[in-house]
Amino acid sequence: MSFFGLDCVKPTETELERKLRANDRDFNLSFKYATNAIKTSKYNLFSFLPLNLFEQFQRIANAYFLVLLVLQVIPQISSLSWFTTVVPLILVLSVTAAKDATDDINRHRSDNRVNNRKVQVLIDRKLCSEKWMNVQVGDIIKLENNQFVTADLLLLSSSEPLNLVYVETAELDGETNLKVRQALPVTGELGEDVEKLADFNGEVRCEPPNNRLDRFTGTLTFGGQKYSLDNEKILLRGCTLRNTEWCFGLVLFAGPETKLMQNSGKSTFKRTSIDRLMNVLVLCIFGFLAVMCVVLAIGNYIWETKEGSGFTAFLPRGDGVSAGFSTFLTFWSYIIILNTVVPISLYVSVEIIRLGNSFYIDWDRKMYHAGSDTPAEARTTTLNEELGQIKYVFSDKTGTLTQNIMVFNKCSINGKSYGYVGDDTEHRPEHLKHRKAVDFSFNPLADPRFVFHDHSLVEAVKLENPEVHAFFRLLALCHTVMAEEKTEGELLYQAQSPDEGALVTAARNFGFVFRSRTPDSISIVEMGRQRSYQLLAILDFNNVRKRMSVIVRGPEGKLSLFCKGADTIIYEKLHPSCRKMMDITTEHLNEFAGEGLRTLALAHKDLDEEYFHEWKQRHHEASTSLDDREGKLDQLYEEIETELQLLGATAIEDKLQDGVPQTIEQLAKADIKVWVLTGDKQETAENIGYSCNLLREEMNEVFIVSGNSGDQVQQELRNALSSMKPEPAENSVFLSDAASGKGAKAAEDETVNGEYGLVINGHSLAYALERSMELDFLRAACLCKAVICCRVTPLQKAQVVELVKTYKRAVTLAIGDGANDVSMIKAAHIGVGISGQEGMQAVLSSDYSFAQFRFLQRLLLVHGRWSYLRMCKFLRYFFYKNFTFTFVHFWFAFFCGFSAQTVYDEWFITLYNLMYTALPVLGMGLFDQDVNSSWSFQFPQLYVPGQRNLYFSKKAFFKCALHSCYSSLVLFFIPYAALQDTVRDDGRDVADYQSFALLTQTCLMFAVSIQLGLEMSYWTAVNTFFVLGSLAMYFAVTFTLYSNGMFLILPAAFPFIGTARNSLSQPNVWLTILLTSILCVLPVVTYRFLLTQLCPTINEKVMYKVRQAKATPPPPSQRARIRRTSSRRSGYAFSHAQGYGDLVTSGRYLRRPAVPRPSGFVNMGRATTGFSPMGRSAGYSPTGRSQNTKAPDVEVTSLQMFRTIPDPAL
Amino acid sequence: TTASPCSQSLLGKSDEQSGSLVRHRNRKKSFNRIMGKEKSKTGPLARRPDNSAFKQQRLPAWSPMLTASTVLPFFYLLALTCMLLGVWLLLTVQRTQEIKVDYTEAGSCDVCFEMRKNMSKAGQKCTCMITFSIEKAFKGDVFIYYGLRNFHQNLRRYMDSRDDGQMVGRKSSLKSPSSYCKPFDVDANGVPIAPCGAVANSMFNDSFLLTYYTINGPSIVPLLRKGLTWYTDKNVKFRNPKADNQTLAEVFEGTTQPSFWQKPVYKLDPFDPTNNGFINDDLIVWMREAAFPNFKKLYGILYRANKPYTNGLPAGNYSVIISYNFPVQYFRGRKELVLTTVSWFGGQNHFLPVAYLVTSSLILLTAVVLTVVWWKFGKDGRNMAE
Repeated sequence: MSFFGLDCVKPTETELERKLRANDRDFNLSFKYATNAIKTSKYNLFSFLPLNLFEQFQRIANAYFLVLLVLQVIPQISSLSWFTTVVPLILVLSVTAAKDATDDINRHRSDNRVNNRKVQVLIDRKLCSEKWMNVQVGDIIKLENNQFVTADLLLLSSSEPLNLVYVETAELDGETNLKVRQALPVTGELGEDVEKLADFNGEVRCEPPNNRLDRFTGTLTFGGQKYSLDNEKILLRGCTLRNTEWCFGLVLFAGPETKLMQNSGKSTFKRTSIDRLMNVLVLCIFGFLAVMCVVLAIGNYIWETKEGSGFTAFLPRGDGVSAGFSTFLTFWSYIIILNTVVPISLYVSVEIIRLGNSFYIDWDRKMYHAGSDTPAEARTTTLNEELGQIKYVFSDKTGTLTQNIMVFNKCSINGKSYGYVGDDTEHRPEHLKHRKAVDFSFNPLADPRFVFHDHSLVEAVKLENPEVHAFFRLLALCHTVMAEEKTEGELLYQAQSPDEGALVTAARNFGFVFRSRTPDSISIVEMGRQRSYQLLAILDFNNVRKRMSVIVRGPEGKLSLFCKGADTIIYEKLHPSCRKMMDITTEHLNEFAGEGLRTLALAHKDLDEEYFHEWKQRHHEASTSLDDREGKLDQLYEEIETELQLLGATAIEDKLQDGVPQTIEQLAKADIKVWVLTGDKQETAENIGYSCNLLREEMNEVFIVSGNSGDQVQQELRNALSSMKPEPAENSVFLSDAASGKGAKAAEDETVNGEYGLVINGHSLAYALERSMELDFLRAACLCKAVICCRVTPLQKAQVVELVKTYKRAVTLAIGDGANDVSMIKAAHIGVGISGQEGMQAVLSSDYSFAQFRFLQRLLLVHGRWSYLRMCKFLRYFFYKNFTFTFVHFWFAFFCGFSAQTVYDEWFITLYNLMYTALPVLGMGLFDQDVNSSWSFQFPQLYVPGQRNLYFSKKAFFKCALHSCYSSLVLFFIPYAALQDTVRDDGRDVADYQSFALLTQTCLMFAVSIQLGLEMSYWTAVNTFFVLGSLAMYFAVTFTLYSNGMFLILPAAFPFIGTARNSLSQPNVWLTILLTSILCVLPVVTYRFLLTQLCPTINEKVMYKVRQAKATPPPPSQRARIRRTSSRRSGYAFSHAQGYGDLVTSGRYLRRPAVPRPSGFVNMGRATTGFSPMGRSAGYSPTGRSQNTKAPDVEVTSLQMFRTIPDPAL
Repeated sequence: TTASPCSQSLLGKSDEQSGSLVRHRNRKKSFNRIMGKEKSKTGPLARRPDNSAFKQQRLPAWSPMLTASTVLPFFYLLALTCMLLGVWLLLTVQRTQEIKVDYTEAGSCDVCFEMRKNMSKAGQKCTCMITFSIEKAFKGDVFIYYGLRNFHQNLRRYMDSRDDGQMVGRKSSLKSPSSYCKPFDVDANGVPIAPCGAVANSMFNDSFLLTYYTINGPSIVPLLRKGLTWYTDKNVKFRNPKADNQTLAEVFEGTTQPSFWQKPVYKLDPFDPTNNGFINDDLIVWMREAAFPNFKKLYGILYRANKPYTNGLPAGNYSVIISYNFPVQYFRGRKELVLTTVSWFGGQNHFLPVAYLVTSSLILLTAVVLTVVWWKFGKDGRNMAE
């Protein structure tokens, strides 16, 4: 929905080129460029009514009622008084208008707030503070640090060297890292000299306003010279200035013409499946309405020709009305009368219920995260019931499942295991609960945030156990971390991967403090003694080697090689003498892996001086050789990394968010499939898969698809499929054939014996998502209990979601926290953003947001389920009550000559949906619950009916209609038979039309109220009040409307005077009401009772259990972390990348200019950084390119941390 | 934990940025809420939702469920209740007596029936007589009704064709009837019709003289021709225009009678001047339109002051002399005369008692079936296990 659609003042002729001159308002004004005032509001005081009404009548339902209203004005057709339609219509319109008005007032407010922000503008050779809205194209403005960029600016000069400025573009593209912009040298000379700036009269010619954020072309003419302008010199509105004291800019585009504004208004409207079903149903109802009206019109024709002609003596036909024409009129008259099958209040009520259920989400304390003071938020109020139907959850990993905090938790040194998992007391073994964290006060350089729970390790360090020392020495030496020591003793590590940061920090705390490095030396403090190691070579990490080594010469002159890497790889390189220790360490490694920890094996060896010398020579040759350098180097590395001595293993916990494994387990029980889509490496993702219970050791098989060509991937997928489902190989062929033949076709859900998992990496996913293979992939993935896609790009995330959306008739939910999740959040039916952390992008494009992944289970299993249940109950009941109401007219038609006479009083027709039955059903839609939230958690299976659309479907709707049909028959014929031919106890008339109308409507009121009572399973005081109150109100209003006073004021409008008093005093009237009520309820109760007895639904079973256990509420389901000791897999996972070794040794990083550090990478991951614009990709990118996300290329992005700005001085 | 200052600054920032970001739905709501909360509360838990039962959806409630222990006894009880009600009603209804005499073509009325077929003879008087006998005396109040079959008083245009404003005595409406009355609002000369509209125009205008043949010879059965209407109709809904010392005829001056009528509205009751104009009982009774095409309307009540009618209508032979005016052959209708006594339950309508008895047996049957089903399948919550 465009916010500007109607009021954006569009230039009459499209601008082809923008011309402007700095400091020359008169010249610039001649082009009538937009000023910097923005307007997102839609209405003003005068345009509100016409515009809003115009918009509202574009909605089909409102238009329909407008048509009805027009029909009612035609006297020949009008079967109802105008007010029966006008009153509800006005009510609906005014409610919507009020909502729109408040929204718009808020928009006005926010517009004003933005427009009234102050900025310094150069006017008349002076800098003066001016409101944003008064800034014009061609003005020069001064921005200061942390200010928002006012408009799209050409950067003129800045406080930083080389005229650089740093901007954060989170609002524009969602990237939280900083980018640099650089001014032209010629304008940079202007500095902050106001005089010079005021004299600046450069002329800019550039492209007209557009929405491309990454491109800009233009020229600056200044001092007779022409300079070309590109995107690097432009500051866009929406950015924030960072780390730059001040800068000056020339306004190029202002207000609505800025790229930010040109980009806005793209949000897609999401609709729920119930919405879509309702639309279909409403269309069906329209059809049905037409059929009913045709039947009645034909009936009218027959009646008119057979009976009506005889009756013309008493009631002559209107002018020019023949039997045929009367048929035509009757058709429209019945359209009016029977319009209540599509009640206008349905739409309003649905919105109210959704709004109410959204508020419950906002209000839920159990989804409030105290740590970040973030409550859950329903950002969309129209999707609630969809939350109860989720079948697939697509989750991001980092920041969503994990906290991106690596914790050194355990280690195995020389065959002895140290440490316990988890720093929270809950999960620690009972006998250790009281045990305190290790005191590192002996070490002045220790990181105070590091926590470790095993004192024996510190003891071992203090006792100078040589293996333990070697272990930590290795950790302190073998890495690519860089240290920064601003003040003495305050170390700040910049690690390329959080794993390394955690390891080096661990070493630091145990007394082996990595202090600083040069390209050829590493200085560490070993148990208080400063030592310097000569760094001779770094044998870099890569994904094939899965290890890294350093060769150092110690202060004593001893040559050593330190190596850390994947256990599987290291074990092959070990000296045979380690055999025994290998066995013990393997045991430990398995234990670590079973706990979902990331493991690395550590080994070392002493080198022979001569051999090394010779090796170094060859290494030099290899590294300078031109062909197959990599291969040769690899071979050399391979050669030297042999016969290692095993030191031990480390285990790092990639800290999960609270409650993630439990949540995933719950979701799995609710038959929700969780797919993890992550940018991480395969090992890391797999590891997290295990630690958060997604992949399980007990699974029959975890397929790993990592082929590098289409055929390979296809083969791997086919293999996976055939091992899961050995028999129907041709089935898959059939499926893909059908799909290619017919286009989109829903893939059926299949079942498979056993549990399987699937891990697929980004390369393979690219092939798997190709048209020819996507169905195979989907089939294989859907057969698996868990799917993990690693190294996926944001686009692929969205593609996977789209794939499932296209071929599976299932509702999808995507949850993520970062800008790279936005595409998937927008693609899924429901997008959930993790709020309260860095970056707002995911939250801003999400439909729901909360602070912790674990709240997802409450959102789905409680709120979603209830919303769905309520909405379905509401719809079923709403259709029931309106159909019943309407069908009675249909039956009456056969007795009133198809003359479109109504059964009820017109006031009753008007008020039935608005007053008499509105509140009880709303109450049900807002308060109903089958079982309370703790039972909902206890039985996640309760969620399954929602996924299968069981509560409201076409079938349910049809049942509903049948039920109404029965009820309406009872409601018409019982009063008919009871009243017809009877008289009052004083012999006077009671079989008249008005008494009959009153009787029928009273019966109807009782019948629908009792029916509501049967539907409702949660009677709060409010519900009871609504139900009884509505009945009471019915009588009160009826007696009022039928009173003498009302009649004497308007005899024509209240002709039912006295009917209530005269009829309702009759016993036979009440006996009739009783009989209809009994007959309406009887079959329903019987049917339900039989169903409950014979094949109870899961809801009934649980409710039965609740009744059984009423005295004892269920214990809150607290499961301890599932511990497994045996593991068949390696726990190796190391989110490291190739290329750092070279960087560290090349020394290039040292040339990094001394920019005030915006966001250096801190050892413990982003949660420990104090500065908000920290990108998860660790560090800013001065080049501003290839920064799309962390996901696709962790290495490249992170490498940029080290990359230097091309400095002309060097 | 450590993240909180960071995230708070971010949320603050988002608020600031709200103006420049316009692509997101419902943001304003949340910002307002943040703003609102910030005003009211500060501190680390400023935005924590209230812990009220309503907001946390923990309102105390009653959750009924259809269990065997509630449904089955309820069914049996209901069956019993309906049975008792049905029997009681049946006994009551059977104490009332009713006799219906179709006089459309009966007796000597066939002549009149033929005559009324002809529109041109509508003005001619026609009187006929029918006879019937009562086997068993009608005890208590006896009500005499005329019945019409196949007369659609419930047609929409027919029902609308009246002016309640006129009949409540509004002078303005008297002279300018509502357009709903068309084409019976004014006569050919443009004189307003009072009462206007198709309903009044088609008023039933047969009259009856009931004679009882005693041993001593025929005796005219005295009928009360007033008090036939609802109190509200007679006193509120229908009123004559205010007449300050004017006679009714003067009040109605300038209006004309409905075209089918033989006499003006102020001369409807020749015997009782207070029963004339819009408050004439017959008119009021007719104007209360019947819901269905077959209906009966009260004509008179037996006047029981004198013998032999003090206890009701004695058994014996009766005759009715009918002034046969109302034509029914156009719409293939029938006319009948109904004599009935009433009970507290009203007239003689067997439907409700029978319906209650049938319902009762239905419920009983269902209850038995349900009991069997419950016994065989659902007992002890056998099916309730997962």
